[in-house]
Amino acid sequence: MEKRFITQASINRWLTKIVNDGKHLYAPVKKGDRVDFGRATSADDIVFDHIQTTQSAKSVAFPRTDVLFSYEKEKGKVQLENADLTAYPETVVFGLHPCDAAGFNPLGAIFNWDYKDEIYNARLQRTVVVTLACTKADEYCFCTSVNGGPGNTAGSDIQLTPVKDGFLAEILTEKGEALMKADEAAFEADRGDVKEEFLVKLPEKFDVKAVQEKLQTAFESPIWKAQSQRCIGCGACAYVCPTCACFDIQEDAHGTKGKRLRCWDSCGFALFTLHTSGHNPRQTQAQRWRQRLLHKFSYMPDRLSVRGCTGCGRCSRACPVDMNLSEHLSSI
Amino acid sequence: MDNLQHIEENGITTSSNPQISTSSNLYTPYLMTVEKVTQEAPGVKTFRLKFQDEEAAEQFSFKAGQFGEYSAFGDGESTFCIASAPTRKGYIECTFREAGKVTSSLARLEEGDTMGFRGPFGNTFPIDQWKGKNLLFIAGGIALPPMRCVIWNALDTRENFKDVSILYGAKSVADLVYKHELKEWEDRPDVKLITTVDPGGETPDWKGEVGFVPSVLEKMNPSSENTVAIVCGPPVMIKFTFPVLEKLGFKPENIYTTLENRMKCGVGKCGRCNVGKLYVCKDGPVFTGAELQALPPEY
Repeated sequence: MEKRFITQASINRWLTKIVNDGKHLYAPVKKGDRVDFGRATSADDIVFDHIQTTQSAKSVAFPRTDVLFSYEKEKGKVQLENADLTAYPETVVFGLHPCDAAGFNPLGAIFNWDYKDEIYNARLQRTVVVTLACTKADEYCFCTSVNGGPGNTAGSDIQLTPVKDGFLAEILTEKGEALMKADEAAFEADRGDVKEEFLVKLPEKFDVKAVQEKLQTAFESPIWKAQSQRCIGCGACAYVCPTCACFDIQEDAHGTKGKRLRCWDSCGFALFTLHTSGHNPRQTQAQRWRQRLLHKFSYMPDRLSVRGCTGCGRCSRACPVDMNLSEHLSSI
Repeated sequence: MDNLQHIEENGITTSSNPQISTSSNLYTPYLMTVEKVTQEAPGVKTFRLKFQDEEAAEQFSFKAGQFGEYSAFGDGESTFCIASAPTRKGYIECTFREAGKVTSSLARLEEGDTMGFRGPFGNTFPIDQWKGKNLLFIAGGIALPPMRCVIWNALDTRENFKDVSILYGAKSVADLVYKHELKEWEDRPDVKLITTVDPGGETPDWKGEVGFVPSVLEKMNPSSENTVAIVCGPPVMIKFTFPVLEKLGFKPENIYTTLENRMKCGVGKCGRCNVGKLYVCKDGPVFTGAELQALPPEY
């Protein structure tokens, strides 16, 4: 790992070079009164002082809707055309926080635990991840409770930490190094800044190992009903989550042509597990809430050796009925 | 530092640098020609499917119990088991009831038309471990197809097994599927077949039993000695059949069934078929009674 220093002006120059090289720059931008990920055409579009974007950055590798293949029917015959994995744009996702970069680990684990999902992999392979370490947090943040942290580098190719008069740049991977070289002169020698001095201090809210152990025997617990009583099953928590990977496969057909699509879905929806017969293994919202928590904090650790939560706090920020995941976990 | 903590702090290196194959993806089906359509019962059809790609046809193999995702282009995919036996080469068959959008769309296909198939997915019946044992098949309604695959597999290698008994029930005589094969099994001296229909579902010339599967099973009183029971049916049939089997002395580890949770991807990613931490699409669909007892009732 190599350390450098870069000023705000040099970042702007570097990003301009990246955009001019034809790469897609995907970063926190203003959308009305929200800050959310979007296509940035220059550094001027990018918000640097946000606490958290509305959505996570997962859509660079796992878009809300993705084409799996397209087809054309003619007189009972069908022609298929696979999604072109080489056509995905070279993308730089910039300014995401460490909790979002850490989300690519659990996502990658789900998409590759046996069968390899080449679509996800191809998109991620064409993406360079430049994180912005956190100097601020709000009451919803809990990354330090799930082994993350405001300066955690998991999933990052480059991490920038705001320091005095500029940024400490940690060049973490070969991809990061290549991206730096788009305008290497923008990066000065390391000034010896101590990263930790600039990071926000975020105390642990719960002991995740103890929670995980308790969940092993919590399937029949009354907590699920108590916690989910006000859940309206809107699925917002899943849509903003950096690790939620559940998806639906849908058809977009027009006449003889069509596409098969993968679309985000949520275990919080009643239709998610509904059989055609009308039978539903997860009939109540309590069962669906239990599935959500157990999947993230028990099943995934057991099966994939990775937790389905990075502590970004979005599920709690987005919840229209104010359900708070870290409070629920603390109470377990 | 435990493994989980290590991954969360440092990342999984393999997932950010995967090997990429550009030739195909997991969700692209094989193109299949509907070679033969059989109307089994009202609303129930069997399709015999042939691979359009010869190389795919040659490379394809599966084992009894596995399932696939069947595409109606324009309407989507549905999950069914492969209903033909792996011992019958050159084609696969599926049997389905017209129930939702995709199955209704599939049902409109005619011989010669093209549909899609992805698979085989999931685990298999451990038929090799059953050598030298008696086999007792118990099926209800549209759940005979998943069992037909293993029945024909067993009958095609008949010398490996002792007594083979089949108990099959449906709502009514019209709803019995594979009628021509039921006749074939009935006529075979090395198969004991008992068919039953629910009370009120019999016709004047019906010669089989009348009654629900669990009670007919109790009356049939099969020996559990050196016998494995394979049970497929709607949840309510399974619920009442397992206690009867246990009463007859069957140990849970000698009872096999297939679960049929809703699926989309078939490959452990879309997130909806899990029962506790097990995925029906990857750890199943075949489970023993003993395995089911250890699972939460989420199926």
